[in-house]
Amino acid sequence: MLAITQLECVRGERRLFSDLSFTAAPHTLLEVRGPNGSGKTSLLRNLCGLLPPAAGAIRWCGTDIHALGEDYRAQLAYLGHSSGVKDELTAAENLRLSARAGGLPAAAAAIDDALETLGIREFRHLPCKALSQGQRRRVALARLALSAARPLWVLDEPFTALDTAALAVVRQLVEAHLNRGGIVVLTTHQEVAIAARATQRVELAR
Amino acid sequence: MNAPGLTDALRATAHRDLLAALRHRADLLTTLIFFAIVASLFPLGVGSDTALLRVMGPGVVWVAALLASMLALARLFASDYADGTLEQLALAPHSLTLLVLAKIAAHWLATGLPLVVIAPLLGLQFDLSADAQLVLLASLLLGTPTLSLIGAVGAALTLGVRGGGALLSLLVLPLYVPVLIFGAGAVEATAAGLGAAAHLSLLGALLLVALVFAPWATAVSVRIAVE
Repeated sequence: MLAITQLECVRGERRLFSDLSFTAAPHTLLEVRGPNGSGKTSLLRNLCGLLPPAAGAIRWCGTDIHALGEDYRAQLAYLGHSSGVKDELTAAENLRLSARAGGLPAAAAAIDDALETLGIREFRHLPCKALSQGQRRRVALARLALSAARPLWVLDEPFTALDTAALAVVRQLVEAHLNRGGIVVLTTHQEVAIAARATQRVELAR
Repeated sequence: MNAPGLTDALRATAHRDLLAALRHRADLLTTLIFFAIVASLFPLGVGSDTALLRVMGPGVVWVAALLASMLALARLFASDYADGTLEQLALAPHSLTLLVLAKIAAHWLATGLPLVVIAPLLGLQFDLSADAQLVLLASLLLGTPTLSLIGAVGAALTLGVRGGGALLSLLVLPLYVPVLIFGAGAVEATAAGLGAAAHLSLLGALLLVALVFAPWATAVSVRIAVE
């Protein structure tokens, strides 16, 4: 259960949003909407604990996330704009090593399955600099296929640079996670119909 | 998180950096060649007076090692910062201090250890005695990890700063001074017939202090950088 109370975010001289409050229970899809520059990414980084809020509190199951520290990060899967994929490594190495460093399951079979799910298993031995933008994005998204045990997914523009097939795969991953009782917070500019028991929208204005 | 998970995360972090470094062999060679060239310029510049070279040798090799190790620092976090790996590291359910320490260890293995290995070859140019060569090796072995640790704090502090490279040297070089003094001092003391034990102990002490404080300070700076 994620609870945000009177959150305020200031970047530089600008106040992006203030007095923002919402809660998200299990099975909830939380869509953050708003024009470019309205603070969507900042809000998501607030939720991950990367960016401390200017005011207000973010609580996970009643406790402030900054007090929880590592325990909170163990509940969280975050996918940001930059994909965290290293050019020099192959797709399989990237996924395996980042899963191990991030405490996700990294057995060979699990890695293979995740790459298969995202449709990049056949490229797994290619260095990522040889892959296209969309394929690299798929390598990053393959982490989600390993993150079933993390209740809270925070996804910043997960659908950019994806073709329709990959988009459908990611939508299914998100839906499966919601069905398991997970919470998904995401931003997107595309209209993607995601089936969820509860959908909440947070509108940010500029 | 449990301890095996942490050990595995640290090994994976170090493994990833070593693998990336090995696929960029040119970068590693640049550091080594820079070290060899800087240390070789001095005998060419001051002439072939053996007595003079023997006196200068330890200091020159040490200064060259210090500059080479600084040259490699910029790569410690820069690519991880640019491609989002650092963000994921900061969100891993483990202590960022330890993960950063794993990165520094990998960085030293890839850039510091090779310097230590070729240093005796450069020492030959300065006609260092066998004893002095051994002490040079020992002092570099104790000193270069300290350089990597101190440098990591600077590298993390200058992440995302325009012209960070120059700023990094201004930040880090003054902090390298004690390591340089005791490192070169150890070799000079041996050459003068005094024991190097005191200098080496001090180098060891510097390493321990850096091991305790540098990863923590680096982790704090990394957290600020990924805000």
